[in-house]
Amino acid sequence: MPTNVEKDQVSGRETTGHEWDGIKELNTPLPSWWVYVFWVTIIWSVGYWVVYPSWPTATDYLKGTFGTTNRTQLHETMANVAAERAPYMERLAALDVSEVVNDPELLNFSMAGGKAIFADNCAPCHGTGGSGNPGFPSLQDDAWLWGGSLDAINETLHVGIRWDANEDTRLNDMPAFGRDGLLEREDISDVVQFVMGYSNRATDGDAAQRGAIVFEENCAACHGDNGKGIQELGAPNLTDAIWLYGGDQATLTDTVTNSRRGVMPAWGDRLDEETIKMLTVYVHSLGGGQ
Amino acid sequence: MAMSDLQHPDPNMIATDGEDDRDQPLYKTRDKVYPKRVSGYFRNLKWFALIALLAIYWVVPWLRWDRGPTAPDQAVLIDMDLGRAYFFFIEIWPQEVYYITGLLILAAIGLFLATSLFGRIWCGYGCPQTVWTDLFMLVERHIQGDRNARVRLDKSKWTLEKIWKIGATHLAWIGIAMATGGAFVLYFNDAPTVVVDVFTGYASLAVYVTIASLTFSTYLLAGWGREQVCTYMCPWPRFQSAMLDDESLIVTYEDWRGETRGPIKRKNLVRGEVPETGHCIDCHACVNVCPTGIDIRDGLQMECIGCGLCIDACNEMMDKVGFPRDLVRFDSIQNTQLRAMGKATHTRIIRPRTIFYAVILTLVASVMMFGLLNRSVLELNVLRDRNPLFVRLSDGDVRNGYTIKVLNKEQATKTYALTVTGITPTQMQVIGLEPNQDGSFDLDVAPDRVGSFRVFVSAAPDSLDGDATPFEFKVTDRKDANSITYDTVFAGPKTAH
Repeated sequence: MPTNVEKDQVSGRETTGHEWDGIKELNTPLPSWWVYVFWVTIIWSVGYWVVYPSWPTATDYLKGTFGTTNRTQLHETMANVAAERAPYMERLAALDVSEVVNDPELLNFSMAGGKAIFADNCAPCHGTGGSGNPGFPSLQDDAWLWGGSLDAINETLHVGIRWDANEDTRLNDMPAFGRDGLLEREDISDVVQFVMGYSNRATDGDAAQRGAIVFEENCAACHGDNGKGIQELGAPNLTDAIWLYGGDQATLTDTVTNSRRGVMPAWGDRLDEETIKMLTVYVHSLGGGQ
Repeated sequence: MAMSDLQHPDPNMIATDGEDDRDQPLYKTRDKVYPKRVSGYFRNLKWFALIALLAIYWVVPWLRWDRGPTAPDQAVLIDMDLGRAYFFFIEIWPQEVYYITGLLILAAIGLFLATSLFGRIWCGYGCPQTVWTDLFMLVERHIQGDRNARVRLDKSKWTLEKIWKIGATHLAWIGIAMATGGAFVLYFNDAPTVVVDVFTGYASLAVYVTIASLTFSTYLLAGWGREQVCTYMCPWPRFQSAMLDDESLIVTYEDWRGETRGPIKRKNLVRGEVPETGHCIDCHACVNVCPTGIDIRDGLQMECIGCGLCIDACNEMMDKVGFPRDLVRFDSIQNTQLRAMGKATHTRIIRPRTIFYAVILTLVASVMMFGLLNRSVLELNVLRDRNPLFVRLSDGDVRNGYTIKVLNKEQATKTYALTVTGITPTQMQVIGLEPNQDGSFDLDVAPDRVGSFRVFVSAAPDSLDGDATPFEFKVTDRKDANSITYDTVFAGPKTAH
């Protein structure tokens, strides 16, 4: 602190004593109101130490007077949400999924909730909105491997598909006809031509004719004599326009040679009943529900 | 001028053309204004405006208007939760918010018109800042006394009496401010309900925050801000001169008659002689009553809010000393000059400027009226699914999904028939509904609500016109055949042909 404060002659104000090339800096302190506010904020911050968890102690930490933390606030918020949903959830629990869709209020609640649940759990494979990806079926069309009724969708969601951890899981196994040496290359080529013939896309009529015999001996047991599939077995319809992995000759050859083994988790092991009901209603409403 | 002055200009000094203004600092501490009590024609007008406007503000939310059982019965209500604004027979939905734009244009043009005719009557009589400041000053005067008493009180030491008087004033102000903030929320909630909720502690946080912030701003602006709001915060005084011309009525001082001003000599009065000086006796009555603390004798100035209280004050004085009234008067600059030259005055209300404003005002009002009278009571919005654009079905058909929103703006449950034209669907579904015999669907929509429906339309690929086939949805009111269509497209594969 300089004892002899120099004053600027023109303005009469004090200078800081700093000088550059004859230009002296005027001492312009922070406005007093600003300084007061600054001190008040410091005093105010002490209040935070008291109210919120703050200082660590030797073994623990100060808990704050009201026990208010972001974590407890989150729990409160979540509890409030649960409380608001509770009446709907109770009704959902009491009703069968086929009855839920007849209650407009529950239907709306389930579709809205199901949409969020779907986005969290199902969309990574089935695509947002259930539009499907190669190998992961579209849930919007009217082709269903294991059935598109409310009950069938509900069951599939519960037990999953080829999900080893669930003993009731939907299970079938198409043999890898080529890889395991069950069919010769020529046979596979023939049967692919035959299958393409269902949708009038066969390119070699003779091969398709030969393939008919191969199909009858190897495929018809699951896919049916007319290739329309058997839903109870999860065997897809080979005559329609929907191909899960692709319907061109190369992909079909690959499928017959190496088989396919799509897997879906058993959501019954992960989600509660009400949540699965909401999901069922949502998936059923996507446009393909039967 | 000394050289040193040029070399070291003080940054806090503002340099202007006039020598006298050179030392004027950029920051000026407020000179507190102590307006004196006054009575007269303009004061009565101001009282009338005050009572009328405050009454409107506090009474309107309590007016009822029967809209049937499906809508609120408050005459003026903005329902934020539901997104509806009710104004007597008018009901506005959020997408019709352009009516508010129209309202703002009307308000602006109305202000321009009023200003070109009567000067700043809005500032002097209608503006909430003026009205509430006037009310606060009334309270202040009742508790602390008139001008001289208030000046003395402010200068005096802090005694018990001073504490009591100042404290009571501020308490009364806060009371009024709370009533002001409290009344504001009535416009956004059912008034009788929200009043009970506020006092029982059940009102929403938004209500309490609104009341608190409006209480604070009312107290701050009308109690502490006052004329500073008009002079420094409000943009309107800065450009209102653009609305004025020589024929606009303004508060003006007739300097040709008033000057040279000076104290009146008693002997002149007694002898009935014409004084040598002008009629202005320099009594400062006009300055003392001015709510913004200016001297009207300096001519029209930005700080003048055109309230005319100085006219009342001056007339009172003129009557006392026996000079003609209206030395300060509400008249045009042109008339003042005509009178100075001894010519007859005339006031033209109809002039190009006022005609221009009036025409625009009428035009905008007519457009709004036409819009309101022809407001459609039925609207249709169609949102096409984009993920995916279309779905291939097992029989090879293509399916598109749509979310249809039907806006029923009538206070009655409506049933609409949904049909499509411009496309031949192989199948049409509405989730949760069964089709009629003719393939249409009956959509039920609750009164004053939006009905939302999921619709699936399927079509054969060879019936489509490329990857986007235009067609339209149509909803028809089953009762009065009022119908509306919405153009959309049907998406299909690029190789549809």
